[in-house]
Amino acid sequence: MKPRQRRILPGYSLTLGYTMAVMSLMLFLPLAALILRATSLGPKEFIAAVWTERARAAYTLTIGTSFAAAIIDTIVGLLLAWVLVRYEFPGKRICDSLIDLPFALPTAVAGLVYSNLYVEKGWFGRYLVPLGFQGAYSQTAIVLVLAFIGLPFVVRTVQPVLESLDADIEEAAESLGATRWQTFWRVLIPSLQPALITGFALTFARGLGEYGSVVFVSGNMPFKTEIAAVLVVSRLEEFAYAEATAIALVLLAGSFVMLAAINGLEWWSRRYAA
Amino acid sequence: MQPKPTTHQTAVRRGPPTEPLWVQRFLIGAAVLVLVVLIVVPVLNIFAYALQDGVAAYFKHLTGDPDTWHAIKLTLFVAPIAVVLNVLFGIAAAWLLTRFSFPGRTLLTSLIDLPFAVSPVVAGLMLVLLFGAKGWFGPYLQASNIKIIFATPGLVLATMFVTLPFVARELIPVMQAIGPDEELAAISLGANGWQMFWRVTLPNIKWGLLYGIILCNGRAMGEFGAVYVVSGHIAGQTDTMPLRVEKLFQDFNLPASFAVASLLTLLSLVTVALKVILENWKDENVSE
Amino acid sequence: MRPLSTTWFPATLLPLLAIVAGCDFGAGKPMSGERGATPTSFELLNVSYDPTRELWRDLNAAFIADYKAQKQIDVTIKQSHGGSASQARAIIDGLEADVATLSLWPDTDALRKQGLLKEGWEEKLPNQSLPYTSTVVFLVRTGNPKGVKDWADLAKPGIAVITPNPKTSGNGRLSFLAAWGSITLKGGSEDEAREFVRKVYGNVAVLDTGARGATTTFSMKGIGDVFLTMESEAQMTLKESPGKFEIIYPPQSILHEPHLAVVDRVVDKKGTREVAVDYMKFLYTPAGQEIIAKHFFRPIDKDVLAKHHDVFPDVKLFTITDIVANWDEAQGKFFAENGVFDALYRPAKSENRE
Repeated sequence: MKPRQRRILPGYSLTLGYTMAVMSLMLFLPLAALILRATSLGPKEFIAAVWTERARAAYTLTIGTSFAAAIIDTIVGLLLAWVLVRYEFPGKRICDSLIDLPFALPTAVAGLVYSNLYVEKGWFGRYLVPLGFQGAYSQTAIVLVLAFIGLPFVVRTVQPVLESLDADIEEAAESLGATRWQTFWRVLIPSLQPALITGFALTFARGLGEYGSVVFVSGNMPFKTEIAAVLVVSRLEEFAYAEATAIALVLLAGSFVMLAAINGLEWWSRRYAA
Repeated sequence: MQPKPTTHQTAVRRGPPTEPLWVQRFLIGAAVLVLVVLIVVPVLNIFAYALQDGVAAYFKHLTGDPDTWHAIKLTLFVAPIAVVLNVLFGIAAAWLLTRFSFPGRTLLTSLIDLPFAVSPVVAGLMLVLLFGAKGWFGPYLQASNIKIIFATPGLVLATMFVTLPFVARELIPVMQAIGPDEELAAISLGANGWQMFWRVTLPNIKWGLLYGIILCNGRAMGEFGAVYVVSGHIAGQTDTMPLRVEKLFQDFNLPASFAVASLLTLLSLVTVALKVILENWKDENVSE
Repeated sequence: MRPLSTTWFPATLLPLLAIVAGCDFGAGKPMSGERGATPTSFELLNVSYDPTRELWRDLNAAFIADYKAQKQIDVTIKQSHGGSASQARAIIDGLEADVATLSLWPDTDALRKQGLLKEGWEEKLPNQSLPYTSTVVFLVRTGNPKGVKDWADLAKPGIAVITPNPKTSGNGRLSFLAAWGSITLKGGSEDEAREFVRKVYGNVAVLDTGARGATTTFSMKGIGDVFLTMESEAQMTLKESPGKFEIIYPPQSILHEPHLAVVDRVVDKKGTREVAVDYMKFLYTPAGQEIIAKHFFRPIDKDVLAKHHDVFPDVKLFTITDIVANWDEAQGKFFAENGVFDALYRPAKSENRE
């Protein structure tokens, strides 16, 4: 697969120049500005800015809710992928198309409608709130909306793998006396594992950075429902630019690590599959 | 095209699922329930609120308010520009990363994904640090009276940043799968670069490209976080549709807010529909 | 191939730059008549805080008509609304506001610190640049089912309070200071005040980032028993949904002083100083004061205020300097990182570490 014929094809300098130019303007330059502004603080102040109790609570919340949403999406996503690949039922095509909607729906609209649904007077809230289920302005609300936004990731990574699975393995397992349940756990899950993990990681990474929807549903209470991205904005409003950029840098480092992990996973699963 | 699954598999088709019928029904029911609760009801909720005063009022909310109308036009202006720029970038990046090997290629491939992971707020903040009055280029921009932040170019840049990876991400696997052979043949037969691109590369990647454009456009129209930071919220000037949703909501104008939200929802439904149509079309064309 | 490509490289950047730079002209025609010799039309940008949208809509329409009639000059006024501090930040970052009509003094003064306003900006317009004032009141649901009458009631268990975040909202900061002052001005100690606000903010159900967000939370989403808000905002909510809410005036509250400022650096650059100053001065005219009163802000004109006495009951109002030396001190003591407000929200286990 590696193109060895380096310079036979045209456009190397052109595309290299253009790609690098755009990436410099859009990515490297902004990143450099962010890093320099944040490091203008000096190590001590930097730590003081990013490691306050309030910031720690925000990181914990951000990671915790993203993690919970990713777990939910992994389970639900596997269910959806399974049903869509294996079963026939009326309306299947529509269901399949609907999965992509969270990708396309503006996150602010998602936040608006979710908070509208789960408040005491909302369509769901009027039944759920009396039962003690606070689906708006709570940590549950953040998990719910993040689960909505991340839903397509797991489904769309698991679906193709499930489709390409060889039915023979399952048949073999069953002819050897395995129950359906054993086949599922011992045969199917291991082969789906790389895809599930990738989907999980993508959902998780998406959740870490989400702002538009969360700001509508969370209530933004420090120590309770204030996520890290909201903290950045709130520090900005105090004119604390350097401190805000420092927290932004921590967020960015977090997403970078996630990204590296996802790429690593993909590489690993490709090797695994080969 | 990508190697199809081995023939015996497609011929035999998968044997009937072996779960008992009640398990199947239960799983289908659970899946549909999830979709209804997470996706269908929220969408219905938007339209129910948008149309609560009737259809006439609905259209009046969208076209009668000049600020809302301007926000719609602005979004429909900004998103396509960001998409066009990202298409240029996506093609260039995919060509570079799949047709040449050079030091740092893997790193560059991962870096392209970075905007996916960067919180949109942080993206907006970075643009302010660069182009804001106190930013790196601020003094120069002010001296030459060029407005970027709090004006349309800032909105374009913010939107472009957030959607940067979409086209490239779609094209890279496609071009990797196709391989360089056809292009090499074209060149060795004497085609120049542009001929090769228009006659060989583009026809091969057109599905991936269209797919990328649709996804990119869907995301571009709905961007909130990054645009929120760089917009300045000037009514009738730098408010995009998602920002207008928030503003109308806060103006106690719930029906109008949901009307704009429903328009955005409609656009995303169109995005999803286009994607499905494209997939069907592609399946037909490829299987022929 | 190589020499060709290298010459191509800068050329390929051009479309990108051209489009990015060019779409400013494609999008709209914002900068009209800025540099003409004798402009007959001006465009002003008024950057203001959240709950004044309706007020400025009416004031702008009246001023534009008035100015056209008197001076034959067309004025277009663009409005930007948002949280007071975030609006100040946007102006500092380059949002070209001709006039800044922000909620709190420190937000406007931040512009001076960045060199956008000249020293002594408060003296430039009449009455310390204050054409109107307001105060913090309680908005409750009809019949006041929880019996909220005074600040002390907010700390009682089982009361759900709505107020915006003092870190990000001017209204939030004022409400906090009003609660604080309700203790210290009655002779309570700082520790008592601290304990009191801890209880009040312990009762807060949703801490929105902006004043308007908080209003929608309380009025449209139906969350909370009592909403700490500006008198004007409370009155407007009553008007929007009649019969659902009522206003409770606490025995004493804080005076809200939203200053006006003509942004020196911007008007000098754009050449809009004269019209911007006229625009601001319009607020002090009887017509302007009348519009202000109609939107439930307390006009400074004694006659207009007297005329609307039924909507503006007498409340004992204290100013920020009654509880701290000045705004800068309040900002540092209460709202800065690790200030009094942050300490309130610390989880229980670290409470006594302070």
